Amino acid sequence: MNRIKKAFQNGKAFIAFITCGDPDLQTTEASVLAAVQNGADLIELGIPFSDPTAEGPVIQAANLRALTGGVTTDRVFDLVRRLRTQTDTPMVFMTYANVVFSYGAERFISTCAEIGIDGLILPDLPFEEKGEFGPICRKYGIALVSLVAPTSEGRISRIAAEAEGFLYIVSSLGVTGTRSEIKTDLASIVAAVRKATDIPCAIGFGISTPEQARKMADIADGTIVGSAIVKIIEKYGKDAPTHVGEYVKSMKDALR
Amino acid sequence: MSNAKGRFGIHGGQYIPETLMNAVIELEEAYNKYKVDKGFTAELDRLLCDYAGRPSRLYFAEKMTKDLGGAKIYLKREDLNHTGSHKINNVLGQALLAKKMGKTRLIAETGAGQHGVATATAAALMDMECVVFMGEEDTKRQALNVYRMRLLGAEVRAVKSGTATLKDAVSEALREWTSRIADTHYCLGSVMGPHPFPTIVRDFQSVISREIRAQLSEKEGRLPSAVVACVGGGSNAMGSFYGFIDDPGVRLIGCEAAGRGIDTGDTAATIAVGRLGIFHGMKSYFCQDGYGQIAPVYSISAGLDYPGIGPEHAFLNDTGRAEYVPITDEEAVRAFEYLSVTEGIIPAIESAHAVAYSMRLAPQMAKDDIIVVTLSGRGDKDCAAIARYRGEDISE
Repeated sequence: MNRIKKAFQNGKAFIAFITCGDPDLQTTEASVLAAVQNGADLIELGIPFSDPTAEGPVIQAANLRALTGGVTTDRVFDLVRRLRTQTDTPMVFMTYANVVFSYGAERFISTCAEIGIDGLILPDLPFEEKGEFGPICRKYGIALVSLVAPTSEGRISRIAAEAEGFLYIVSSLGVTGTRSEIKTDLASIVAAVRKATDIPCAIGFGISTPEQARKMADIADGTIVGSAIVKIIEKYGKDAPTHVGEYVKSMKDALR
Repeated sequence: MSNAKGRFGIHGGQYIPETLMNAVIELEEAYNKYKVDKGFTAELDRLLCDYAGRPSRLYFAEKMTKDLGGAKIYLKREDLNHTGSHKINNVLGQALLAKKMGKTRLIAETGAGQHGVATATAAALMDMECVVFMGEEDTKRQALNVYRMRLLGAEVRAVKSGTATLKDAVSEALREWTSRIADTHYCLGSVMGPHPFPTIVRDFQSVISREIRAQLSEKEGRLPSAVVACVGGGSNAMGSFYGFIDDPGVRLIGCEAAGRGIDTGDTAATIAVGRLGIFHGMKSYFCQDGYGQIAPVYSISAGLDYPGIGPEHAFLNDTGRAEYVPITDEEAVRAFEYLSVTEGIIPAIESAHAVAYSMRLAPQMAKDDIIVVTLSGRGDKDCAAIARYRGEDISE
């Protein structure tokens, strides 16, 4: 069984995003383990990219810190190898198409399978371009996660019908980053998704507080938090893991 | 492999966030509708003629021809267009299209500032709101153009992320578009980005090659032997080449910015040093490291300072239909000075890259050969920077 399913069997899922190598890979390793121990059901590991066009300033800055620190795709793979000896929690990569393409799609995706990565999220790979990596992902059992946005009118059923792992619902227009309020009619998007697939859906972009997480969990199967965690790492640096753990606990508690 | 639209061989495609997909689909539908709409094309033709000053002149550079002692050189004077460059051709088309689509706001990226100025101009003309994203580094290099855009009523946002140059301006414009789509059209300035932009921009710029063909036919009764244009993203080159693609006797030559040289790392010559990749919505060649991180690029020219190249150019390179040559800062500056003293025409430093190659090429060709060089823009904006390059301490 693909591990991703497990993430949604413990009540509403809490999915934590962490940029690998920010500020260094040891901190990432400790932060991931802290998140897992405090209830994170799935970990999204960001492989840094020089020009992350779907990210707001917080994750852009994290990418830059990580790259400046010398993180590479191979070093991220090594991090995952170390993590896999310590946790069985599902993990997916979040990165950009060029990181996969440049490494060699087959080489990248087969390595994912070998080291225990369960899925791949590429925000610059829409439904129309899935053919770029989709067949290789299927060959190696890696879920290529699809995204649905507030502007996806007329496209949701097509996207959902082919979705794998879980469906990533983008909560609002714009790039990643915390928002004080989310106005999108997410319930109707989720309803459209439900008509086309049984695959769990999780809402991300802009979510930072336990109250927001609870609201999202009422609508969907899980909630994804990135910028709020990256902000904690930015603030505490090498001391971040304990703080990340505390934050994840507060969020998961809100979902129980 | 991919069922996506907008492919040039393996290049092109639509590698963008889901949030933007319906926007580019809507744009494609609107473009396909209006490009054959007589009212639309008549209105655009009128604007290009009465407002932008088209057709631009095809000028026989007699002194340059004599001095170089080879092929006859003609200059396609896009520098004489309103706003001083070829950018207005595309902008008037896109702004008019956006207006028809009910959009009230234009956003754009700019490097040298020429596309930003053209977009700000069209926005003023058509009563649209305008925000231009420009790398902070470029706002310093091209301060005069920043002022021009503000004078025209546009907001200029200095982009501080990444290398604070053209690629970061594109990234920031894409980010802005994902946050505000309903009333906003992203007026992309080059033959790049996701489909349908490379096609739309090429079509609007192909007026350049249509005119060259007609004008040269009138003056010389024949086709050119070679068409030479500078390439960053590649819009003036694509416009200059497009009408000649099916004429194998016409050499098509794109001049990339080699910066301090293609062996130095301080370069923006994508075909020379880039690899196949996926970025800014398209598959094409990009300057990047071994892990696919987009490389910082360098050129004296803010307009060519981009780590990629439009997908149709990548395709023309693959098939060998067009040639791409690197031109260094030093060669471009010499050509900038040469054309100024020889013909009394100060070219944009971008266009000077094409002039530089024609200076190398002409003496190797026969006297009855004809080279058409596209002067994509005028060089007033560059005078202070070139003076500084030559060690003169002047300010604008």
